[in-house]
Amino acid sequence: MKFLLLLLLFSSSAVLANSRVIGTGGVTSIEGSAGGGIVPWAVINGYHSTDEWSANSFISRVSVDDFTLNSAGVGVGLNNRWELSYARQQFKLDTIGGQLRQDIVGVKYRLTGELLYTAMPQISIGAQYKRHLDFDLPAAVGARSRDGVDLYLAASKVWLDAIAGRNLLLNATVRATKANQTGLLGFGSDDSNGYKLMFESSAALLLTHHLAVGVEFKQKPNQLAFADEQHWRDIFVAWFINRNLSVTAAYTDLGSIAGLSSQQGWYLSLEGSW
Amino acid sequence: MKLWKLMVLLFCGSGLLACSSQPTPSLYQQLGGESGIAAITDGLLHQIEHDPLIVNHFRDTDIPRFRDLLAEQLCELSGGPCVYSGATMEESHTGLNLTTRDFDRLVNHLITVMQQRDIPYSAQNRLLALLAPMYSEVVER
Repeated sequence: MKFLLLLLLFSSSAVLANSRVIGTGGVTSIEGSAGGGIVPWAVINGYHSTDEWSANSFISRVSVDDFTLNSAGVGVGLNNRWELSYARQQFKLDTIGGQLRQDIVGVKYRLTGELLYTAMPQISIGAQYKRHLDFDLPAAVGARSRDGVDLYLAASKVWLDAIAGRNLLLNATVRATKANQTGLLGFGSDDSNGYKLMFESSAALLLTHHLAVGVEFKQKPNQLAFADEQHWRDIFVAWFINRNLSVTAAYTDLGSIAGLSSQQGWYLSLEGSW
Repeated sequence: MKLWKLMVLLFCGSGLLACSSQPTPSLYQQLGGESGIAAITDGLLHQIEHDPLIVNHFRDTDIPRFRDLLAEQLCELSGGPCVYSGATMEESHTGLNLTTRDFDRLVNHLITVMQQRDIPYSAQNRLLALLAPMYSEVVER
């Protein structure tokens, strides 16, 4: 937060405003970074443009067969260049019993490109610092660390008038991570503490100025010996009601989690932006 | 795969894949021809006039001439029977120090005007796709 205040001080000319085209901030992922639902994109959150800043918040729930993931968070963006975010996740073990919580602080910096305007895709780098709050259980199943840092490089581009007069967004993200189940089962394992490179991607078609449908894929490592970890995927509909409010619904397949296979169910997210 | 099937269903349900035997009208026609483009141009000028954040960029502009050239450019871009007679985008924007924010606001104003005039979404995107590459010729010059 000190960093954020410094940023705002150094750019005291920036005003709270929303000059960007609707939809160009994506939605807020379960980790608090702007993107799709499970993949961070190169987009910067909110609708502020250069010389502007904006703030946003979200709440989301993923309900699959044996688990529920509640996420909530806040973020700010500056100059369509910087994004800072904080999210708290609560992963409820509905069948097993108990809960696992983690905090995620994210920062993202846009390196180059303008999502809508340049031939060069918008490219951003980001980091997510994650800290587990209920580490006893992850430790008991072989996780090495309570906290970890994910680093990612993301490229996003919108092709205007791409398919049947609709605009198409494609995103590709490469993430270096030590996280087990995105950190919900801690970081590293008894016999592995190295970073793994994972590929994540999303495709979205804007059916109107206010409605997008898309798919996402998130590759995941498989480090803990006690149970298999699998890749995640979802299919989503995002409704940008206006620049201040959006709702996203998805059907998601989280694969096997903690020995319970084929975890599928619904994702719902509500977010506000100012 | 289940998700894939669901996606196909959603896309088909939205009517995007419905085959049409109608030839696509030209963008010029979709924008309403000469009178439609004149109305879009006037609508955009009205939006600019009421946007205090960008109107100052036009304080030294000969508005009637700007209006004619903009209409001419939109006509030519959309495949209409016009030839744009103005300066290149680089020439006409050098020294204005336009920012991405200015460009974003102009794009939003154009979308607002096209929405007000019930221009089909696909035609809006066709025009935006023609205008977007001008970003690098216009901003920070």
